Amino acid sequence: MVPLSMYLALGAALFIIGVAGVLLRRNVLIVLMSLELMLNSVNVNLVAFSSYLGDFRGQIVAIFVIAITASEVAIALGILVALMRNKATLDVVDVTIMKG
Amino acid sequence: MGANSVEFGFFLFFAVVAVASALVVVIARSPVHSALALMVSLVQVAALFILLGSPFLAVIQIFVYVGAVMVLFLFVIMMLDVRKAARVRFLRGRTVVPTLVVLVLLGAEMLILLLGSERFPASAAGGEGAFGTGTLKELSTTLFTDYLFPFEVTSVILLVALVGAIVLARSEAD
Repeated sequence: MVPLSMYLALGAALFIIGVAGVLLRRNVLIVLMSLELMLNSVNVNLVAFSSYLGDFRGQIVAIFVIAITASEVAIALGILVALMRNKATLDVVDVTIMKG
Repeated sequence: MGANSVEFGFFLFFAVVAVASALVVVIARSPVHSALALMVSLVQVAALFILLGSPFLAVIQIFVYVGAVMVLFLFVIMMLDVRKAARVRFLRGRTVVPTLVVLVLLGAEMLILLLGSERFPASAAGGEGAFGTGTLKELSTTLFTDYLFPFEVTSVILLVALVGAIVLARSEAD
């Protein structure tokens, strides 16, 4: 079998790429997609541990992660559409209306 | 040994494509290209789930991420900035050679999978019973007994997200 560390390395690489996308990109849509990438790398780790330890509770947690991700995307894109209606920008730097 | 190296080769292929397309997600200038690259990356991760012996999660991944979430993303991109996003080309200059390279690679992969499929034992990935009903049965039994309460909470969260998205995206006029 492929060693577990390879899967963990893949998860870490995907997570780091996601963090880089969240921190470096200024387009809201790409920031959201990078969030998806990070959540997906967590799923890779969960399923890898679940498979290697012979315990499928990891898969159950991964199912929950996928469900919560779907609702998160729906809400985030709804907020985005509402935001675009008020302020026509996709740049996260320009969105400071919630600043106290 | 043969099955092992085949599995490792598949792992390397899927992992490299997943990481490369994840990089494209971050680097690409147009959100449309990012969305398509993210789709590729998610499909590769679904393939890795199959290698790990959890085909159910792979199917869920394809349905929910690639089917629902990515279509939602593309739909919102289409609503928001289609004019700017659609004009950016993925590769500048001549695009014939890269397109041909990708097509030849995909075609070769298809041919290898089609012609050599009987040499890959189905049980090579993830140990015995990975593709049987045993694992799935245990999974669903645990999900609907020990994890019934989180399951119900998840359904309520999904309902709240559904209603919330409609309320947020509705225009003020009506």
